[in-house]
Amino acid sequence: MTDGTDHGVRPLDRTGMAARVARDIPEGWYVNLGIGIPTLAADHIPPEREVVVHSENGILGMGPAPPAHAQNPWLVNASTQRVSLRPGGAFVDHADSFAMVRGGHLDLCVLGGFQVAENGDLANWAHSPTETGRQIGGAMDLAVGAKRVWVVMEHTTKDGKPRLLRRCTYPLTAARCVGRVYTNLAVLAVTPKGFVVTDMVPGLDFATLQARTEAELHRG
Amino acid sequence: MIDKFVRSLAEAMDGIRDGSTILMPGFGEVGAPNALLEGLIEQGATNLTLVINSAGRLRVPGRPPNAVARLIEAGRVRKVITSFVRADSVAGDWVRDGTLEAEVIPQGTLAERLRAAGAGIPAFFTPTGAGTLVAEGKEVREYNGRPCVLEEALPGDVALIEAWMADRWGNLTYRESGRNFNPIMAMAGRLTIVQAHHVCDLGQLPANHVHTPGIFVDRVLHLPVGDPVLPR
Repeated sequence: MTDGTDHGVRPLDRTGMAARVARDIPEGWYVNLGIGIPTLAADHIPPEREVVVHSENGILGMGPAPPAHAQNPWLVNASTQRVSLRPGGAFVDHADSFAMVRGGHLDLCVLGGFQVAENGDLANWAHSPTETGRQIGGAMDLAVGAKRVWVVMEHTTKDGKPRLLRRCTYPLTAARCVGRVYTNLAVLAVTPKGFVVTDMVPGLDFATLQARTEAELHRG
Repeated sequence: MIDKFVRSLAEAMDGIRDGSTILMPGFGEVGAPNALLEGLIEQGATNLTLVINSAGRLRVPGRPPNAVARLIEAGRVRKVITSFVRADSVAGDWVRDGTLEAEVIPQGTLAERLRAAGAGIPAFFTPTGAGTLVAEGKEVREYNGRPCVLEEALPGDVALIEAWMADRWGNLTYRESGRNFNPIMAMAGRLTIVQAHHVCDLGQLPANHVHTPGIFVDRVLHLPVGDPVLPR
């Protein structure tokens, strides 16, 4: 199946990846969901499960996109999309918002990624040290400050190059910070011995997953 | 009688010098004092350092560049200190050409450098950015077993602030996620200038609900500009 003819194997799409990570977020956690697929995960946390979502622009207790008649242009998330506030939510300024992040108060942040290394290094803000576009945002604060860091990303790049590496080749966001990686093919824990596969999409076998991964994989 | 109200944009912008560091809050267009920035374009100060969370908004066909982009396009900004520069933006073009210097730093470090400036703390150590390009050229020390980077306070010569309501002492409230960088930039500015959607008599703002007390504010201009205009 390494030739790309994956009969029977259906990689998760963006929604599927968001739903998969949402499944693992328990009630009571304070979480930050980064831009991209992580933001979509909020839609897959059932409303009866009380998870308090933080947005770095100063919202704690963020709710889903409101219906058209209830939209408020003063209430946006970190992607400047209109959102709502759950009952019990609060607004804070940027210093307090990042005190929540940097002071170790968030149980979890879920970030997008370009590359993750087997030692937990994360690269997600630039493709080279000299690139004009530099999009750090809150990622470095979240990667260092949250109690747990999970990364959601495609298992390989668009042209099939691995993203799960022995060492990151792009500029780092933070060193040794990632605890778990959710890809379109698998869920992997970052452990002292490297990546441990804890879940795979149905029909996928270990050897095929290893063939798409530069770092050595271990069976869970 | 203390009266911080000014009556015109020209009066609000009076005395801003070439070479100033300007603190510009806002997250997207929410909480961004764009009318004051228009006043700064008109006022003429140049060779500015602009401190702003996102320096480059993505180009949207058919949508005119915002005030930040026009200030940069007018050649008035020497340097941006920011957490976010998009390649496909006015700021991105000027950075690529080498005509605009960009210091790109973590958003939480940006917020804390501003807070430190307002609170009289000249510098602090943080683990954010350790082991990354952000730490290059900075002192690193280990605390609690983690490498930490020395970051310096970031005061502004001028802070431009967008408030929801203000009184003549300069007490301010903000709306929802429009608060963002406004309170800490108000603290970090040597000259803090506010545009307020609403104004009220002294004593009308409930004291328990004041977000920024007037000690951090110098000038207030009543500008009922309406809701932020969001893309999409």
